[in-house]
Amino acid sequence: MLFSDLFEETMFSLSANKSRSALTILGIVIGIGSVIAMISIGQGATKNITDQVQSLGTNLLSVMPGNQKQSGNIVKGGMGSATSLTMEDSEAIKTSIAEAVAVAPTVSSRKQVTAKGTNTNTSIYGIDESYFGVKNVEIENGSSITEQHTKSRSKVAVLGPTTVTDLFGEGSNPLGQKVRIGSQEFSVIGTTVAKGGSGMGSSDDLIYIPITTAQQYLTGSESVSTINVQISEENLMTLAQEEITALLLERHNIADSTAADFSIMNQADMVETMSSVTETMTLLLGAIAGISLLVGGIGIMNMMLTTVTERTREIGLRKSLGANSKNITLQFLAESVSLTFLGGVIGIVLGKVAAWLISIFSSLTTVVSYSSILLAFGISALIGIVFGYYPAKRAAKLNPIDALRYQ
Amino acid sequence: MIKCENITKIYQLGINNSVEVLKDINFEIEKGEFVAIMGPSGSGKSTLMNMLGALDRPTSGKYFLDEKDVFDMSDEDLAAIRSEKIGFVFQSFNLLPRSTVLRNVTLPFIYNKQTPKSERKEKAVKCLRDVGLDEDRWEHLSNQLSGGQMQRVAIARALVNDPGIILADEPTGNLDTKTGQIVLETFKKLNRENGHTIILITHDKYVADHADRIIEIRDGAIISDKKK
Repeated sequence: MLFSDLFEETMFSLSANKSRSALTILGIVIGIGSVIAMISIGQGATKNITDQVQSLGTNLLSVMPGNQKQSGNIVKGGMGSATSLTMEDSEAIKTSIAEAVAVAPTVSSRKQVTAKGTNTNTSIYGIDESYFGVKNVEIENGSSITEQHTKSRSKVAVLGPTTVTDLFGEGSNPLGQKVRIGSQEFSVIGTTVAKGGSGMGSSDDLIYIPITTAQQYLTGSESVSTINVQISEENLMTLAQEEITALLLERHNIADSTAADFSIMNQADMVETMSSVTETMTLLLGAIAGISLLVGGIGIMNMMLTTVTERTREIGLRKSLGANSKNITLQFLAESVSLTFLGGVIGIVLGKVAAWLISIFSSLTTVVSYSSILLAFGISALIGIVFGYYPAKRAAKLNPIDALRYQ
Repeated sequence: MIKCENITKIYQLGINNSVEVLKDINFEIEKGEFVAIMGPSGSGKSTLMNMLGALDRPTSGKYFLDEKDVFDMSDEDLAAIRSEKIGFVFQSFNLLPRSTVLRNVTLPFIYNKQTPKSERKEKAVKCLRDVGLDEDRWEHLSNQLSGGQMQRVAIARALVNDPGIILADEPTGNLDTKTGQIVLETFKKLNRENGHTIILITHDKYVADHADRIIEIRDGAIISDKKK
């Protein structure tokens, strides 16, 4: 049996009953379409998180103080509450870790900030000149925090775009204006480019000041809250992490690594942890959509079984004309696979359109990846084979004599 | 060409309940013969036709088609035999509905690789001419034809793979006398002019009389075998 014959026969029998074929295809279209759309939501969420973490800087290790523990006291402070990290630790990392390209210690706290009658509660980051480079923060207007500022403990501030709006109103130019943080007055020397993201940890809603100024006027201690270390290459991250751990353990005179008074967050770990949540979500959404695909598949089987019964005499005739069981199996399999294939193609288009509409009319990001298209395609072909196999086998098994006599 | 040796067929309907449909059938048919197998309904003639058409296997006995023992073959080989050596014509025509005459006639080519695609139409047209179907009917859908035309399309379909034997099972059973006559004349012409071997299965003495040889069977056994 030639492939072209098989194709012609298939097209002929499918078009012989157009409305039934169309309805059966619809089941697969909806199934594949919803799988594509649902997975696109899940993958959009994953991409969102990955992008957000990436935007914080590349190849980044964050060294943070551990929780404060005093001997004889069972009360533990929160993560990062300890004051175990110092500027000297930061300097040591810079000088003795070869893989560290840049080291940016920061001091952070939350303060009430006022300016000309308006006020807001925002994060204050004490930083040095390397911070913006490490964290991928760009200056929109004015200038950045310089080495000179940190050395002389200048009272200057660089404002995030959200803070600018909160304090000075939308679209205003805050350069040269004064803001009051706690009891100290700072002059605004620059603003940063918006990075997106919202809530706690947003890099738009904060004020940067020189780290030395922050230590003197805001926290009143020499400790730092985070040391951001940029590593030269991604595959050196683990090595660098081990080296920094060893260095700090030695500096802090701690022999047992489990008792470390600091922790190192790897950016890759963060992405992994956060995307594992969205991956689970993707799986869940995909599974729900998969159920409709299963129902569509059962629809195919139902139609094919009806077709086989209806065409019993035709099957008998074909056998009398010399068709063997393989020919008959192939013919009915080809019909069901064509149905699911066609349904798959339309479903993918529909799914893409649905994903596009979702991203337009809601705040969700959607990503239709090639892998999900490939998956949907594979699944629809598989459904055609799986749900078409039984009816096809049934057709092939028919006894030609009985089939010819069938009324 | 065809040789049946001691063919018996027993249908097992249940434990201790079996029907012997064919009893010790022996005959030979030469190439180019026009034979009618005649018998009343229930005589076993249809079962015999299924054997001759390689659709069914006997309980015992041997059936040689062109000196080859057909019943030792696999199902796949039997299908190939049907495709190459046998053309069926049925009482109820069994044309594909909603399909043109030409599509019906070219259908057997799908299961037979010997004719290349480019020659199919040519062969089909020749067979349609042989059975005398007017050219303006060839693109008609099969269900738009009259009974006599349908049966002639079915005969053309049986002819396209140029089989040695045409097996016709009550080919005039669904036709009136006049169109039945046309169909019978068609068989006669194919036998006389083209040399096809034709085996006609019928219960009707009048139909059987068109053949050159009549094998009469009753209750599963041959009771007479006469040549004209």
